[in-house]
This record gives sequence, C-alpha cells and structure tokens, in this order.
Amino acid sequence: MEKRTDKNSYTILFAIGMVLVVGSLLAFAASSLRGKIDENKRLEKQQNILYAMGVNENDESSATFVSTDKAPEAFSKYISKQLVIQDGKALEDENAYLIDVKKEQTLAKEGSYVRRLPLFVGVKDDKTFYIVPIRGKGLWDAIWAYVALDKDMIVQGVFFDHKGETAGLGANINKRFFMDDFIGEHLMAAGTFKGINVIKGNADPLNKDKTDNEVDAIAGATITGNGVSAMLKSELKLYVPYFKTLKTN
Amino acid sequence: MALLSKKDAKLITDPLADNNPITIQVLGICSALAITAELNASLVMAVSVIFVLGVGNVVISLMRNIIPSKIRIIVQLIVVAALVIIVDLVLKAFAYELSKTLSVFIGLIITNCIIMGRFEAFALANGPWRAFLDGVGNALGYGIILIIVGFFRELLGSGTLFGIPVLGDPIAKTGLYAFGYENNGFMIMPPMALIVVGLIIWVQRSKNEALIEEN
Repeated sequence: MEKRTDKNSYTILFAIGMVLVVGSLLAFAASSLRGKIDENKRLEKQQNILYAMGVNENDESSATFVSTDKAPEAFSKYISKQLVIQDGKALEDENAYLIDVKKEQTLAKEGSYVRRLPLFVGVKDDKTFYIVPIRGKGLWDAIWAYVALDKDMIVQGVFFDHKGETAGLGANINKRFFMDDFIGEHLMAAGTFKGINVIKGNADPLNKDKTDNEVDAIAGATITGNGVSAMLKSELKLYVPYFKTLKTN
Repeated sequence: MALLSKKDAKLITDPLADNNPITIQVLGICSALAITAELNASLVMAVSVIFVLGVGNVVISLMRNIIPSKIRIIVQLIVVAALVIIVDLVLKAFAYELSKTLSVFIGLIITNCIIMGRFEAFALANGPWRAFLDGVGNALGYGIILIIVGFFRELLGSGTLFGIPVLGDPIAKTGLYAFGYENNGFMIMPPMALIVVGLIIWVQRSKNEALIEEN
C-alpha cells in the first residue's frame, strides 16, 4: 500500500509548508537581530580605527582591541577630525567612518561618480595620525585594512582583517607577527608613491630595512599576500594628493 | 544505574574509533584538510560540528515520520542550512568576537558530508534521543581526528600549539632551533593533512583487530 507521505499532493504541500516555516523563521531571526548586529559592526569599525593608531590593549603577542563598552568614548577622545575627500576637496563629516568603502568602490567603477574617500585624523601623545580605511580582494573573499600614516606617508600602525581567508594561512593577516611588520615602512620611494609589497623570499625577513617597500610574506598564503600588496597600492594611491597638500601647508 | 544503556553508549563510542567518520567512512575529508593547519581552528570546528550535528539529528528525527521520501534530501539540507544561519545570526548579535573566528567554518559546516550522512543513515530511522547520541558521537569522532591532525600540523609546521611557541624561537634560534631544527613549511599545506590522515588510518587499521581484513 502506498504510504500517505509518498503522495505527490502531500509532497508538494509539505514543501510549501516547509518553505513558509523556515522562511519566516529566518526572516524573523534576521530582522529582530539586525539592530544589534549593525551596532556591533559600528563598534568594530571604531575599534579597528583606534587599533591602527595604537589605541589598543595589546599584550606581548596578541592583538586586542579596546573593549566594546569603552570604544565610543575612546573614539571621541582620540579621533579629532573625520574628513571626506571628494574631488580633491577635504570636508569634515563626523560620520565619515560609517562610509561603506565597498559601495564607494562599486559606484566609482560605473563611470562618472567621484569616490568619497574617508580619512580620520587622530591625535595621541601629541602625535598626529592619518587613518585610512581600504578594501581589496584576498583568495576567497574580501580583505580590508585600516592604515595609520604620518604626514610623510610612513606607516604608523595597521589593522588587517578578512572575510574568509584560509584559517592558519591567509587568515593570519590579522595576527601581530604580520601586522607589526608594516610599522615604520615607507609607502613612498624617492618622492613617488610605491606602496608596500608583501614578498616571498624577502632578503630581509627580520624587516630591519624600512625603506625597501617590502614586508615578508606568510608561507602558504601567496594569493592573500598579493591581495594585500594590490590593495595597499591601488587604494592608498588615491590619498597621495591629500598628503601632498599637507606638506605644502 | 549507568547513565546510558550499553546500546546507547555504543552510539557514542563506536564513531570514536571502530566506525570513525573520517578514517573508516572517509567522510568530511574536505573540511579536515582545509582547516587543520592550526589546533585552535580544529577545536572550534569540532565544537561547531558537535552542536550542529547533535541538534540537526534531533530535528530530523522528530520530523522523520512526516518527511516525504521523494524530497527528503532537500529537506535535510534546508534543516541544516537554517540551523547554521540562525546560529550565525545569534552569534553575530550576542558574541560578535566569536562569530568572527567562526565565520569561515559556518559555511563549511553546511557542506560537511558527515552531517547529511548521519541524517540519512540514522536520524531518519531512529528516535530523537538515540539520534542525538549518534550525532554527538559522530561529531566527536570527527573532532578527535581534526585535533590529532591539527596537533601534528601546527607542531611540525609552525612549532607552536594553540599559537604558543613550544619548540623555541625559529628566528632567534633558541630551544630546539639552536640545534639546527627547522619548521617544515610543507606541513601547513593542505596536502600534508591528507598524508597525516592517511598515516592515522594506517596506524588504526594495523592496531585495531576489528578492522584487520583477511585476504
């Protein structure tokens, strides 16, 4: 005898029911948690920016942000100015850190749109940091970074992160041993913008030469490393005119 | 009285060795190769799979009498995908830091063949309690292998365990490195995971009498 659950009509009804139940369950979960998730992302941005300029709770080897409950306070304390650079003009905007770099990149690809470039000016111990958010492609998915520079475009601190690089290999770009290598590296070489290359077989694995525009790559993470080089080169280049104006003033 | 009857206990212990999902059934290999370069990731993946497989098996088992057999595979997929997405959303809202460490694994869990395998082979034919035990048992068996492989790959490949250097400093040449020892960079590449898994299978097959085949 045919079982009740084998009938076509039952199968179709079951499928419809299942879709409705699971669909509404997921929609409910997503919309009720959205506010909290967005808030977490906003705080994370603040933590990332602060991390790049050296406001963090690092111990000897780990990378630790200021805690989420202290982040907003620290952010308003250390970040003195937020700028949006568009078409060569820098305007203040207190919500510049909420600009979605990914969206700006896609819009800019479509022709006439001129990208808005966010830049945050931070002051800590009388030192001024210019922090820039950038975004690029790793092996599997997006990678991004917050790079803190001084007025000569020498890296003062950097925070890398990724969406889905391989654990243990490319994912290590957000580890101290990789990020700390960038501190002190020059982006310019003899007055022109050169970027920083993540290089295998670097002759300088201890990274003592800060003006070679090179840092040592992570073994097994070639594509992610190339992604980091490409991101630094193409994105930071857009800020060069702004840094030139800093010098002339 | 024992906590579990003998039959129930076997559901947990069997997949640990005699019927291990990775080494005997050779399921879930893809994730075992991808994420075992460090011990930490292995552990996180093991815990995630224990949770998803335990809960997923119970859900499928509860639905086993109403699932139409023609579309049962897609129903199983929807259950595991929905479960994983909900877990992901909840983590993002309440444990953001943790969710960032897990993000890579969340997607991998959906494609883990052990999960579909247990739904299909066990949960569809057994009650929720037994299905739960079976799910946890198989996920533990999977996790053990992940941790063994992760241990060797991280130790020999990077000289660390859970990110802590145990063999000395390779650049300053202290500890073992002072005697000319070098990290084997090859160990952190995925192919070496396959070789380590192969070695585990070899050891297991030659030691465990239940598995020795007669020719």
